[in-house]
Amino acid sequence: MDRRTTIKWMLAASAAWPAWRSAAGQAGHGTALRQPPAGPGYGTDPDLVTPHQRGEFWPLTLSAAQRRLAAVLSDLIIPADQHSPSASTVGVVEFIDEWVSAPYPDHQRDRPIVLDGLTWLDAQAARRGAKGFAQLDAATQTAICDSICDATRATAELREAARFFALYRDLTAAGFYSSPAGRRDLGYLGNVPLTSFEGAPPELLKKLNLT
Amino acid sequence: MPFVSPKSQQREYDVIVVGSGAAGGQTAYTLCMEGARVLMLEAGRRYAPESETAMFQTPDLAPLAGVGTPQKPFGFYDATVDGGWQVPGEPYVRTTEDHGGRFDWWRARMLGGRTNHWGRISLRNGPYDFKPKSRDGLGFDWPITYEDVAPYYDKVELLIGVYGSNEGLENTPNSPPGCLLPPPKPIVADYAIARSARGLGIPVIAGHRAVLTRALDHRSNPQRIHPGNARAQGILAADMQARAPCLWATPCGRGCSIRANYQSTTVHLPPALAAGNLDITTDAMVYEVTLGPDGKASGVNFVDRTTGKHEQARARVVVLAASACESARILLNSKSAHFPDGLANSSGKVGRYIMDTVGSDVWGQVPLLESLPPLNEDGADGHAYYMPWWLYKEQLAGKLGFARGYHVEFSGGRRMPGPETGRRLEWLTGGNYGTKFKQDVRRYYGSFVYFSGRGEMIPNEHSYCEIDPGGVKDKWGIPVLRFHWQWSDHETRQAAHMQRTFGDIITAMGGKPHEIETDGAKAILPGGLIIHEVGGAIMGADPKVSVTNQWCQTWDVPNLFVTDGAVFPSNADKNPTLTIMAVAWRAADHILERLRRKEL
Repeated sequence: MDRRTTIKWMLAASAAWPAWRSAAGQAGHGTALRQPPAGPGYGTDPDLVTPHQRGEFWPLTLSAAQRRLAAVLSDLIIPADQHSPSASTVGVVEFIDEWVSAPYPDHQRDRPIVLDGLTWLDAQAARRGAKGFAQLDAATQTAICDSICDATRATAELREAARFFALYRDLTAAGFYSSPAGRRDLGYLGNVPLTSFEGAPPELLKKLNLT
Repeated sequence: MPFVSPKSQQREYDVIVVGSGAAGGQTAYTLCMEGARVLMLEAGRRYAPESETAMFQTPDLAPLAGVGTPQKPFGFYDATVDGGWQVPGEPYVRTTEDHGGRFDWWRARMLGGRTNHWGRISLRNGPYDFKPKSRDGLGFDWPITYEDVAPYYDKVELLIGVYGSNEGLENTPNSPPGCLLPPPKPIVADYAIARSARGLGIPVIAGHRAVLTRALDHRSNPQRIHPGNARAQGILAADMQARAPCLWATPCGRGCSIRANYQSTTVHLPPALAAGNLDITTDAMVYEVTLGPDGKASGVNFVDRTTGKHEQARARVVVLAASACESARILLNSKSAHFPDGLANSSGKVGRYIMDTVGSDVWGQVPLLESLPPLNEDGADGHAYYMPWWLYKEQLAGKLGFARGYHVEFSGGRRMPGPETGRRLEWLTGGNYGTKFKQDVRRYYGSFVYFSGRGEMIPNEHSYCEIDPGGVKDKWGIPVLRFHWQWSDHETRQAAHMQRTFGDIITAMGGKPHEIETDGAKAILPGGLIIHEVGGAIMGADPKVSVTNQWCQTWDVPNLFVTDGAVFPSNADKNPTLTIMAVAWRAADHILERLRRKEL
């Protein structure tokens, strides 16, 4: 990895995480929400009630090869199982493409981390004589991911790659659990109108010793 | 024709109200229902919650799964349009970018202002909160007592609909019978948090929020709100029946198209318009109060944002309700030979004593709440419970090292999954991925608990706004504000106390706090982030050190009033909106009386 990329990654790692709304309904408090965007974005008064398509507000920018690699990596992180399909089949690659192509400060900060990380994965494959990460056998792909999946255990030279993996896993999860398949996977039953709300079931409170 | 362009405004009104949020909405409502002719000027665009609210839209249908961006800071579906900490073309200046000294100024340029998206938490100030200086020697007393404001708290609760309970706790007032709606039923996480907090001696009681957990009593409430005014009662009764109770889904911050929660646009403005006395001009950016030769306010000057033209409006009374700092800005920009330092500023106190709420948050994970059976836990968007401040006696005895209290807002449960789900789980999962990761997300989903401390800041000489001496102007050429900000030890120690307390509660639940920051200067969120800024034209008993009297009437200009948070001489831990409305209602009643007596 060249020095410029390393410095970029160090800077990115020291910056605050995207200021996402937590489940508590609080806005995040990162300064990125208080900086102007680098492009027009969706503006300050977008239509909130009409469904939107990826790429509607800014062009998607990943190349076909990057998208193929992104799909492979997303599906290593969230594969299909008996509960739900894999990440790439529910639009996660398009979500990540939209994310890294967006003009907002958080997303502009994430973009080089993702792009450099994808490049790094292919470079690892090249060192093993393969054309790219997507062409490696599953065991080798897993071995590479195992080396970077936990930033606290990663070796010093892999720390930046581990930070990329952590970000990429978060983005994959963000895209997946925002989708209808993700909501079903978690058994989410809300977002439906009710005539009354009964709160915690008494039998569950009893079982948990909370009565 | 209630929505009017500058050209179709009447030549003169009884009252001009600048702003359409909690203060402007309440002021105009009270005046119009009692027969005054009012022109409301709103800087932002007209906004129709009935058709513009994203009620059931899911994150997959939004750009970036709906995460906050500078253009939509509280998320794509948040009700706020044309608002945020940065508004294009409307800059402001501050003296530093440092964490401890910066102030970020939220504006919502839209009809209804920030009431469209606010948290709906509606707590009464208690008796101590109006006389803080008498209690501990710091800050300022209000020139009024809890008893002066209590009848207006009653009316506001009866009008907007607030759920809660009466517990009789210290400095946490009860409401008279019939004022409060029943609180929503708690979810599993609420019970778990309450058990552990109570074990630590912290009271946990029903939250107070402006959400209709059932329909308002349209027979009794209008009579209590407008005694002796049959017409107003009839209009309000009809409007109350048009508001549907909560349907137990979709976050309140998106606004509510069925009008089940309070926003000015769904609660204050419809009956005020139905009364036939209200004209509203949107896209009207007021920048100056004009002064007549008699030394009284004659009206306002504003920019029509749709044409860029400068326009005038005239009235017998001018009320500023543009939000604390915007009202201060208008006063400071209203310079004349009489008032070279800004209108109503003979005290030099306009712009002074800006306060926000002390904010500090902690979250954690609780094994007891893992892998629970699927349940719909949307409820009334959380906050079935909260923790009022509980250490009054210890604090007064000087045992805490900080002088004022905080309350605790908390939440948990199986909320709608979204872009935050599964994020940053490494501290629990060791960084796994693949099938194991999916299993872990299922296991941990709904097992997180979130605590937000919201505490009182004491006004100080170093937190204020002024017209930028560097000459920066907004895109209409209006001089902008420069902010100065400083916390005292009272605030930073309070923030550290919040962190320790929340860590203790999570630990008592058998859970793990994610991170505890015991350095209060780091734990405290920067000024302006809680968006409870008040002060800037404080009320008082002495014209030399305050801007208005107890009626929100400026000392210097008898027909000029400020009815928003600018008049707060203190900022209790209780969220300011309910008190803004109660104080605005009281001021509007006073204006009506003076108008009837032809004193204005």
